[in-house]
Amino acid sequence: MRKIISPCGFHCIKVNHLGVRFNEQTVLEDVNLHVHCGSFHAIIGKNGAGKSTLIRAMLDDIPHTGSIEFRDTKDGKMQKLKIGYVPQSVNIEKNTPVSVYDLLASYESRCPVFLPKNRKLYEKIRQSLRIFEAEELIDRQVCNLSGGQLQRVLLSLAIMDEPNLLLLDEPVSGIDQNGMERFYKTMDYLKKHYDLAIILISHDLEYVAKYADHVVLLDQTVLKQGSPKEVFESREFASVFSAGDKDSWIREEEDND
Amino acid sequence: MINWTSWLDYGFMRSALLAILIITPLFGLLGTMIVNKKMAYFSDALGHSALTGIAVGVVFGVSDTNLSMVIFAVIFALLLNWIGSKSTASTDTIISVFSSCSVAIGLAILSRGGNFSKYSGLLVGDVLSITNREIIYLLVIFAVTILFWLVCFNWLNAICIHRALAKSKRIPVRLMDNIFAVLVALIVMLSIKWVGILIINALLILPAASSRNISVNMREYHLFSVIFSLFSGVLGLILSYYTNVATGPMIVIIASVIYFCTYIFGRRCKN
Repeated sequence: MRKIISPCGFHCIKVNHLGVRFNEQTVLEDVNLHVHCGSFHAIIGKNGAGKSTLIRAMLDDIPHTGSIEFRDTKDGKMQKLKIGYVPQSVNIEKNTPVSVYDLLASYESRCPVFLPKNRKLYEKIRQSLRIFEAEELIDRQVCNLSGGQLQRVLLSLAIMDEPNLLLLDEPVSGIDQNGMERFYKTMDYLKKHYDLAIILISHDLEYVAKYADHVVLLDQTVLKQGSPKEVFESREFASVFSAGDKDSWIREEEDND
Repeated sequence: MINWTSWLDYGFMRSALLAILIITPLFGLLGTMIVNKKMAYFSDALGHSALTGIAVGVVFGVSDTNLSMVIFAVIFALLLNWIGSKSTASTDTIISVFSSCSVAIGLAILSRGGNFSKYSGLLVGDVLSITNREIIYLLVIFAVTILFWLVCFNWLNAICIHRALAKSKRIPVRLMDNIFAVLVALIVMLSIKWVGILIINALLILPAASSRNISVNMREYHLFSVIFSLFSGVLGLILSYYTNVATGPMIVIIASVIYFCTYIFGRRCKN
């Protein structure tokens, strides 16, 4: 991936009036976001607030209204937005014969993974794993990786074709405190050294306060957005994360899907 | 003393061997994906739909019921895929509903007037009845499947691992799902006459399932699956000749033995 000293700051991604309905139920309406390259947005909200739905809509995985634009602000030209997506987990059960190489090669190459390894591709995959200190995992079975290891592998995959936007669904299980710290440090590193914007669905308000540039409080629509301090001190924040359910304040277990 | 090559003196045995050499590697290949995608139930339902396909052919007075069988299976496969993607109920429930419904309709039509015995051969199958024309069909589907596998396997694997992630990499998810389902339908229908409805699914699932027990990556998975499939096919044919047992069941028995062996020794082998 093209690594640059700092993000150019001239690319911007706009989500305009995004809405999602399942049958008769409105899940999201009129969501507006504005993200510049080199910024780290965190999306927070309660269970069922539509966080995962927002990600799926941005990936065009589900039908939605509204639009997503990607512009170069220098000349105002519209460009095709490339999204790198990091899911919470993958659909690989115990005992599945898929190695890390197979996983990455399946998404990134047309060279069939059931034939002998392509040496050039193998090297390329190793390079991209190296960014996240995961190169020694390349021949391991994906089902045997720990939560943190899988996360790093998926990050490598997301970064491989130089996305403009990194969309992440923060893992909620299998990662310990050290892993979390490391994960957020990696986000910080990516933000500073690569030309991309980051949108993260987060379940951990402490880390959001520490690392995010911009926080979006979501509940069907954007209730409040701004700097972490602004959002955390807002009335909306207090009403969503009211004292009544302190448990979810500390850690949300599962997102609706 | 038994002459171990005597079985090759018969033309029908040579045709049967040829058919097995063509079709079992395909079972091995497709099986890997069917097992990974957890579609065992789906391919089973497809096999059962053969009855309905023939019944539909009989009702419409089609002279070649093979044709109606294949067409019905393809439509059935696409229908199952479509409903599976639309509905919120779990897929195995939906497949079960549609499968039993179609089998019931097929049985009802074919058994009218007490004529079902005409079709009961289909349940067990007879590999010795295979004709040259059918072998040519098998060759065509063999070529198509290999080509598809070479070009699209990575995509299939990517979709199986995570659909939204595959979509974000601009992989045509829906199209791949449908092509794969149609391919499974075609192969099941072309081999059902000599394998039999009751056990065709075993041939698709067992080699891949055995291979899964001992492999750690996609290369091993495919290699062992194809080897197990070929091996049980050829050995099953030879043994069935000498023991005078139907070939399909014999192949499945051998494939099951392989499965149990890999299941027992697999863990040791992996570590």
